[in-house]
Amino acid sequence: MSLTRTSADGLASAMAAGEVSAVEVTRAHLDRIEAVEPAVHAFLHVDAEGALRAAADVDARRAAGEPLGVLAGVPVAVKDVLTTRDMPTTCGSRILEGWVPPYDSTVVQRLRDAGLVLLGKTNMDEFAMGSSTENSAFGPTGNPWDTSRIPGGSGGGSAAAVAAFEAPLAIGTDTGGSIRQPAAVTGTVGVKPTYGGVSRYGLVAFSSSLDQAGPATRTVLDAALLHAVIAGHDPRDSTSIDAVVPEVVAAARAGAEPDGVRGLRVGVVTELGGEGYQPGVQARFAEAVELLAGLGADVVELSCPSFAYALPAYYLIAPSECSSNLARFDAMRYGLRVGDDGTRSAEEVMAMTRGAGFGAEVKRRIMIGTYALSSGYYDAYYGQAQKVRTLIARDVTTAFDQVDVLVSPTTPTTAFALGERVDDPLAMYKADLCTIPANLAGIGAASFPAGLADEDGLPVGLHVMAPALADDRLYRVGAALEAALTRTWGGPLSPPELEVPA
Amino acid sequence: MTAITPDEVAHLARLARLDLAPDELSRLSGQLDVILTAVAAVSEVAAADVPPTSHPLPLANVDRPDEVGACLSQADALAGAPAAEDGRFRVPRILGEEA
Repeated sequence: MSLTRTSADGLASAMAAGEVSAVEVTRAHLDRIEAVEPAVHAFLHVDAEGALRAAADVDARRAAGEPLGVLAGVPVAVKDVLTTRDMPTTCGSRILEGWVPPYDSTVVQRLRDAGLVLLGKTNMDEFAMGSSTENSAFGPTGNPWDTSRIPGGSGGGSAAAVAAFEAPLAIGTDTGGSIRQPAAVTGTVGVKPTYGGVSRYGLVAFSSSLDQAGPATRTVLDAALLHAVIAGHDPRDSTSIDAVVPEVVAAARAGAEPDGVRGLRVGVVTELGGEGYQPGVQARFAEAVELLAGLGADVVELSCPSFAYALPAYYLIAPSECSSNLARFDAMRYGLRVGDDGTRSAEEVMAMTRGAGFGAEVKRRIMIGTYALSSGYYDAYYGQAQKVRTLIARDVTTAFDQVDVLVSPTTPTTAFALGERVDDPLAMYKADLCTIPANLAGIGAASFPAGLADEDGLPVGLHVMAPALADDRLYRVGAALEAALTRTWGGPLSPPELEVPA
Repeated sequence: MTAITPDEVAHLARLARLDLAPDELSRLSGQLDVILTAVAAVSEVAAADVPPTSHPLPLANVDRPDEVGACLSQADALAGAPAAEDGRFRVPRILGEEA
């Protein structure tokens, strides 16, 4: 058995049965990382020593007969936007280069408590702003399907690490699609839980009313298992939902059964498709919907008219929140400080540091947010965007009166070439056209592999949205699709073998 | 919407405490113009009587008991400081030259 190609669920079973140790599993993934990182660059930091120590600890506890979590000993990669007290947390930014946080985020704490082995921190667009991972200050990540193409963003590192078999599990964060769009273009699974479903404590804030952490994996069951580890109420995050976590693991198992989606009402969103969508994306999407119908789902088409305004509303709300949130990078308490020569004032040092430490996209968003929040423009921009947000939430509520889940393609195109959209912010923003409404409405949503586009052979994702706190439905649909498609394909789709220098 | 001038961009940069080089200013003014024109589409929506949504969850006044809990030690809090002195953050002067 190839340890790096095995699912997290498979690895967990093998370790529980004593067939393989956590140290062996971890070492296999570290070897794979060493071999393919020159081509992929999914990681900003790899903690080989810490990972092997954590794995040895799990093995010792297992040998001592201690009760362990389901995923104990399984390696996981964490997006570099979640704080880790034993590893740097840079958010892909020069302004935090080398910063080691004094505390663990709740997500990381829960991973450690469950015995997962942290391999390292994954690459991302700076402060999670971007759709290609090209906005990382530390260089882009390559898509394992074709390393000259983008792995999506902002969580391109997490998706690429999973797709390239460097880790069976990864954590992403999603503000406008940063878990789901990378999943789609790398042929992997990505889930954005309902807003408040996973604690944001220790998640460096970009847009606080939209940010949400979630799983990035290769299989639907693995995503559910990881979701169950990180989800649940956290008193340290006042926006964390104090409710029972949806039965995601049971749903992932039930969905794969023959009658998994029988009678499920599926709504195809009219506004998220058609013109501007690549033919191969449309074809795989249509097939996936047909497949669900063939499995007994009840498919209807319905309209969410306000979704047409989701992208402009998002690009006012997110930059506005970001311009406030990123004010904390003031060169005083942590991170970069530039120009402190004894003559300059704190304000001058602050401006010089931010000018030197932030990249082009972060500056653009701070400027847009500053503009949208400035007096005289507030009502026309930020205020109006918040009203549009209400209309989008109403569209979603109305839709879920008629159907159980909504579906669309995850992103209008397959992975585009590195460099293709860097000088055209609006073209870059359109990658998130289908994923943004779920963030604005606060509902759970996910992307599942739907096959390869005929014209370029690159992965396409099916996007599924469910009502708030009904994240289990995402897994039911994903598992049904996965079971049916892998039957058709004769196994999961994998990227071509990477060119690994000998 | 009116075009945004390099002067306005420079003003925004001052508000945002961002030191921008002249070439950044000119590039940004073009890009901000395009982006702001695109996002101004929100104004096409008739929403005069629609309440704004600032947050997806209907939460208000989330409280916790006011109890002493674990917190960072002074050393941990200062560990990432660009400059520290006598157990405190050392910062550049905060008053103007004439003060």
